[in-house]
Amino acid sequence: MADMNNGDSAVKEQVASGFLGNLGKIYGGYAGGFIGFVLVLAVLEQMGVSNAILGYCFVFLTIGVYAYIGILSRTADLSEYYVAGRVVPPLYNGMATGADWMSAASFISMAGGLYLGGFNNLGYVLGWTGGYVLVAILLAPYLRKFGQFTVPDFLGTRYEGHAARICGVVVLFCASFTYIVAQCFGIGIITSRFLGIEFEIAIFVGLLGILVCSMLGGMRAVTWTQVAQYIILIIAYLVPVVWLSTTRYGIPIPELTYGQALNDIAQLEAKLGVVKAHAGAFLDATGKFSWTEFNNFWALVLCLMVGTASLPHILMRYFTTPNVRDARESVAWSIFFIFLLYFTAPAYAAFAKLEVYQNVIGQPIASLPAWVQNWAQVGGMLTIKDANADGILQLAEFGINQDIIVLAMPEIAGLPYVISGLVAAGGLAAALSTADGLLLAIANALSHDIYFKMIDPKANAVRRLTVARALLVIVALIAAAVAGTRPSGIIQMVAWAFSLAAAGLFAPLVLGIWWKRTTKAGAVAGMICGFGLCLYYLIMTQYFAMPLWFGIRNISCALFGMPVAFIVTFVVSLMTPAPSQQMQEFVDSIRVPRGAVAETGSIRE
Amino acid sequence: MADGNQLSPEKRVEYWQRTSKLMWTILVLWFVFSFGFPLFAEQLNAIKIAGFPLGFYMAAQGSLIAFVVLCVWNARAQNKLDREFGVAED
Repeated sequence: MADMNNGDSAVKEQVASGFLGNLGKIYGGYAGGFIGFVLVLAVLEQMGVSNAILGYCFVFLTIGVYAYIGILSRTADLSEYYVAGRVVPPLYNGMATGADWMSAASFISMAGGLYLGGFNNLGYVLGWTGGYVLVAILLAPYLRKFGQFTVPDFLGTRYEGHAARICGVVVLFCASFTYIVAQCFGIGIITSRFLGIEFEIAIFVGLLGILVCSMLGGMRAVTWTQVAQYIILIIAYLVPVVWLSTTRYGIPIPELTYGQALNDIAQLEAKLGVVKAHAGAFLDATGKFSWTEFNNFWALVLCLMVGTASLPHILMRYFTTPNVRDARESVAWSIFFIFLLYFTAPAYAAFAKLEVYQNVIGQPIASLPAWVQNWAQVGGMLTIKDANADGILQLAEFGINQDIIVLAMPEIAGLPYVISGLVAAGGLAAALSTADGLLLAIANALSHDIYFKMIDPKANAVRRLTVARALLVIVALIAAAVAGTRPSGIIQMVAWAFSLAAAGLFAPLVLGIWWKRTTKAGAVAGMICGFGLCLYYLIMTQYFAMPLWFGIRNISCALFGMPVAFIVTFVVSLMTPAPSQQMQEFVDSIRVPRGAVAETGSIRE
Repeated sequence: MADGNQLSPEKRVEYWQRTSKLMWTILVLWFVFSFGFPLFAEQLNAIKIAGFPLGFYMAAQGSLIAFVVLCVWNARAQNKLDREFGVAED
């Protein structure tokens, strides 16, 4: 376990140098500094500094800070590059996981989805939190005990050989790439709006922000920038909702007061003639209970939760803690930090809806505020059509894309522009941090699992890191180029990524730990069938107009792939000879926190 | 580094049974909060607390609180189990 010893010496070295010992002070000072920066900009706004300049300050200053941390954390050590030296304390790994986890979809789109879909879209809120219970009880501690660099590493070791490793890399690549395209799309929306540049160019500006964080320092740099990004994104998410809750209901806890907002919305819905109530469960567009909505709800919850426990960029975060106990505690911290945002999203949606119903609908179109014009210019994200030509805005004439509701809410509610800038900085932090984590997961799988383990096992550290960094840049460029074509909405692309990961990786990971009888042939067959079916359903329904099976939308395509993966793995495993005694001892050894991991016979570092 | 194989085979089986029991307990509770409450949201919505329809509240917030509690509980209970069997890390 050479790399664990390296980790130990790195601990001592970094404690001695004071960084790990002073994390609280460093990040506390950083958070204070950021709040001070926002206050200074607020004063500048009152003094008449233009909105465009405020937007520039927020975008460039925050990216500058991330770049600074990224450059400070540069490293030439393999363990530092791949697993941050395994020195990250649980609390900070929790924050980093939170930022890694909460992407453009959570920050920008989710509250927007709740705004548009009401109860039916709460499946996202449930699905993106409950999965951590699965991570905690089924996977994280055991993967940490196994203690290598990547998720395909585990598959390659447990299922002896390149076949399982390649299947793992393929699933990882498809899921993470779909996911990262969505993040680039989000980054494009924000930089385009706040820098006032073309969407296609804005994507590449944002890309520089991603690369500068991850390229030099790998996991180590990404970890410490993600902690910084979490602090910004959570402040940015909470401030506008707390503000609205206080001004409207006098209590600064939006999670308590939005019950009142829900009531007000219900009254306005009656007045405006909205048939699909915001809080109504499983209603279709006509306001009636619908089994299709019901089935899609639980299917989505299941796919997102299982996808959580399968996405390599999240699982690999638990490789960075010093030991198994810390990995467990780190999962608990992760869900707590994630919970802070998800718990607030329904309030965000309710307040935004109330503002729109009260202060936008029914106004003369000619006197609508400037934000309407500004957002209408960003790729048709907001549309106003005076269908009956009466000059008054009706509900049906107002079209708003779910991806801009969070970003536009401060302006809709008439808050100072500095809050809009703050929210943009938060959205950018969310998208950049997730993009970094994903990019690293892809590039590490390609450089470590494909290049080092299969193509050139004799490569030295310098060469391996060079390959890893080159792949990082290439994957980032391709992702940005694909995002420029605007393939689909953010939240839909992200949900696809979860389904792909759930169908391909969950069964072999969980069974590999919890069922010793799982064989190599079983796992490989399971991955191929499960992932294959999921991908088939996704592509056929999305691009070839295949009718939906049982009305299940393709964002939940893992609903079919996942059970198939389990059944095929189970049946094929029982048909093939049981794994060797050596392999069973290996499984035993990763189930117990203390002690060495048993050798499996395959080459390990 | 201490060797995990110091556990006697019986102890090892017992440790894994206790770990599995904890896993299944939490998994069942996870299922109840993920699917049990939300899927009866329509019925629960008839009850209102502080303006919140209960079904909506459980799916938006109640179950989330439960997930955090489950994860914290899991970490504590499993750490205790590790110490009891002497397999916790130093």
